[in-house]
Amino acid sequence: MTLSKEKHITFECETGNYHTFCPISCVSWLYQKIEDSFFLVIGTKTCGYFLQNAMGVMIFAEPRYAMAELEEGDISAQLNDYEELKRLCLQIKRDRQPGVIFWIGTCTTEIIKMDLEGIAPKLECDINIPIIVARANGLDYAFTQGEDTVLAAMAHRCPDVARETLNQELPRLVIFGSLPESVVNQLTYELNKQNIKVAGWLPSTRYSELPVIQKDDYVIGINPFLSRTATTLMRKRKTKLISAPFPIGPDGTRAWIEKICNVFNVEPRGLEARENETWKNLEEYRSLIKGKSVFFMGDNLLEISLARFLIRCGMIVYEIGIPYMDKRYQGAELKLLEKTCSEMQVKVPKIIEKPDNYNQIDRIKDLRPDLVITGMAHANPLEARGINTKWSVEFTFAQIHGFTNAKDILELITRPIRRNKKLENIGNHLYSTQD
Amino acid sequence: MKLAYWMYAGPAHIGTLRIASSFKNVHAIMHAPLGDDYFNVMRSMLERDRNFTPVTASIVDRHVLARGSQEKVINNITRKDKEEKPDLVILTPTCTSSILQEDLHNFVNRASIEALADVILADVNHYRVNELQASDRTLEQIVAFYINKAKKLNCLNVEKTLKPSVNIIGILSLGFHNQHDLVDLKRLFNDLDIEINQIIPDNASVDALKDLPKAWFNFVPYREAGLLTAKFLYNELDMPYVDKTPMGLTNIRQTVQDIQNILNKLKCSRNYENYLETQAKYVSQAAWFSRSIDCQNLTGKTAIVFGDATHAAAMTQILSKEMGVEVLWSGTYCTHDADWFNSQVENLCSKILITDDHNIVGDMIAKTEPNAIFGTQMERHIGKRLNIPCGVISSPVHIQNFPLSYKPFLGYEGTNQIADLIYNSFTLGMEDHLLDLFGGHDTTDILNNTLSSDNNITWSKEAMKELAKIPGFVRGKVKRNTEKFALRKQYSCISLEIMYEAKENINN
Repeated sequence: MTLSKEKHITFECETGNYHTFCPISCVSWLYQKIEDSFFLVIGTKTCGYFLQNAMGVMIFAEPRYAMAELEEGDISAQLNDYEELKRLCLQIKRDRQPGVIFWIGTCTTEIIKMDLEGIAPKLECDINIPIIVARANGLDYAFTQGEDTVLAAMAHRCPDVARETLNQELPRLVIFGSLPESVVNQLTYELNKQNIKVAGWLPSTRYSELPVIQKDDYVIGINPFLSRTATTLMRKRKTKLISAPFPIGPDGTRAWIEKICNVFNVEPRGLEARENETWKNLEEYRSLIKGKSVFFMGDNLLEISLARFLIRCGMIVYEIGIPYMDKRYQGAELKLLEKTCSEMQVKVPKIIEKPDNYNQIDRIKDLRPDLVITGMAHANPLEARGINTKWSVEFTFAQIHGFTNAKDILELITRPIRRNKKLENIGNHLYSTQD
Repeated sequence: MKLAYWMYAGPAHIGTLRIASSFKNVHAIMHAPLGDDYFNVMRSMLERDRNFTPVTASIVDRHVLARGSQEKVINNITRKDKEEKPDLVILTPTCTSSILQEDLHNFVNRASIEALADVILADVNHYRVNELQASDRTLEQIVAFYINKAKKLNCLNVEKTLKPSVNIIGILSLGFHNQHDLVDLKRLFNDLDIEINQIIPDNASVDALKDLPKAWFNFVPYREAGLLTAKFLYNELDMPYVDKTPMGLTNIRQTVQDIQNILNKLKCSRNYENYLETQAKYVSQAAWFSRSIDCQNLTGKTAIVFGDATHAAAMTQILSKEMGVEVLWSGTYCTHDADWFNSQVENLCSKILITDDHNIVGDMIAKTEPNAIFGTQMERHIGKRLNIPCGVISSPVHIQNFPLSYKPFLGYEGTNQIADLIYNSFTLGMEDHLLDLFGGHDTTDILNNTLSSDNNITWSKEAMKELAKIPGFVRGKVKRNTEKFALRKQYSCISLEIMYEAKENINN
């Protein structure tokens, strides 16, 4: 990127002392998405405790995940990693009969340099179940980036059938990113309307249905945190990445579809009307937040897209905190952010990479924004100081993609505002302590 | 390696953080990778804490892995020292950081030269102790640190108070009903005419720890945290301690008698016999309740008990000695405290289960088919699956275990609350049984004239499948709204696409 393009957006990097979920949390939504999978997290009690508490009631529903809890003998290499993993995986095979086992490497396996990638192919032959290794650890990644490491590992496993034998025309389109089935269907419909056929999704609902990926296929991401997957698809699978804003909010969705149409040489039909219609349906929510200010503390990498959408809704964004900023993969999204700001005539917000929560709370106390989007560690303390908050984690679990779900984003965003309005009678003023 | 789906007790650092965050003005700095500060979420969510949890992480990332933490930990300590001005900073290793084998002691020594706060390193082995043992150990470590410091500075306050007084040791953040228990303990000591010298670590100041010896004796209500501290104070300063848990009438009586004996030995003659009588007769309704005709129904009913050592042992005693319920088996996940647990319940149930594997607990419940379960959140869910009612009596905790209303488990009010809990668990079980006998709730179909029953709209197979995915309690509403929308638009068959279209156009 040249300097002249960057002059509107300012990037800063703080200390990285911020709160977020450990990337192994991706297990919780990926085991539900990939129905024949089993996730084995190879780590310590700390990892187990986090998953157990973060997944809440899900844990009681016999999830298809477990911890391979490392004991002192594993750490000091008195036990043989291969034998230990074989024992556990055979037990999983017997009890659950999964179609694929994912090994999630953690901080501890990194530090003791357990050779998961080396052991997996050998064990895979021995027990006859595919084993995929993803290093979703807190040393390198934050929260949603966990999914990125898993999908990047899966990208290697997508079948490659020579184009001639399939007798297909060029080019095909494969979409990557894990979404609930209904959202997958919705986005597929939107593209079908433009006469664009989706050849496959990574991931699919079953491991056995992973899409064929061929050289020169087009790929496009649906989430901003999938840079490794994108890189893997380009470099290892020789596909072409379509760089577009992400289909979050009607503006993002339209831009996403338009970009695909553009690449496939299709004249988009009825998109503008579709976008306007969606905006019209959002009128009531938009009137609630117009002119209000919002502060993203940053913990899940959806921040840029959400901020861009909220600015289009008429909000003022004070700060966009984000764990990690891939300016190349998010390039189109950043450009749309800039364009949106200039069209809405607001200042482009500062993007703070690796934020420092302590400093941010200082800034929040000064700025007193109307809404802070933050993790659960800070939500209650901020509410107690009279500041409206929305838990950021909900955006990763809610359905927020496509035209259809734009309303759900605003439903989430406006909830604290609508709720606290109703509570005025019992004295919101009680909770405006400043310290 | 161990295949594990669930654990009853958390990792060691959680115990340390629970102690640190219970004290006033103590800050914990975790030497941990990104994401290990989940403790803050639990404090903020479960306890609904209005303040920021005084725990930050000194992040271990790739750079630290490559070059060591170097100045990072020290800088983080001194930075926190300036920002928050804590009295004490506890550097807390995690299981990740402990295998890095960095010389954290050295960091602590260097940081304490610069910082105004005291700085110590939590001394727990992550691969050998769990959350509970670590909390016990950390509390002892902090108390020992300040007692020794006071000794050195010659400001240890060893002169006893004029009136008999006590330190209550082991009230912790994220403890099972600890805040409610504390209210009842205060009331108990007030009734016994004993002053409370200090309560630790709950909301205590570390600077005041030098006054701990002023108390005549120490009191440890829960076995899981505080015993080591009480033993330390006994060995160092000859302070006697009571480690009975006043949960249930029998245990309260024993606790009070133990206290009486200690006071008598310290030449303060007290006789609490009348007090015990009156309380049991009038303040606690539990004794009368067990005698009342309604509770006859509990005779011969069976139950199982599982939880931490303190609560499971006391609950077993209450059920079998005070309510006449047959306890089929009783167990604890505090495997490190098995001997004590055995000694407490061996004559009260036919089998004792010591395990931290929830599968074994689940199998045992299924095999023994009790009428009711008294256990943790895990047993509650096992009960759900097996259709057996469950009362939650112990950690691991859940947001439901932080009720807003006053629900102690200890003291006389505790006996009332427990009696309700036991009775309600069984009654529900009885109701279920009766319903079964008479064929369930009224099963006559309600003839409803909703939109669905008299229109000609059909649903495509995919749309039907999608509808089925919507949670039950809103499915009817979504179905009706979608059909209304389809009627208005004059669609005769609802496809997936129309469903989505409807979703966009209908404002709830």
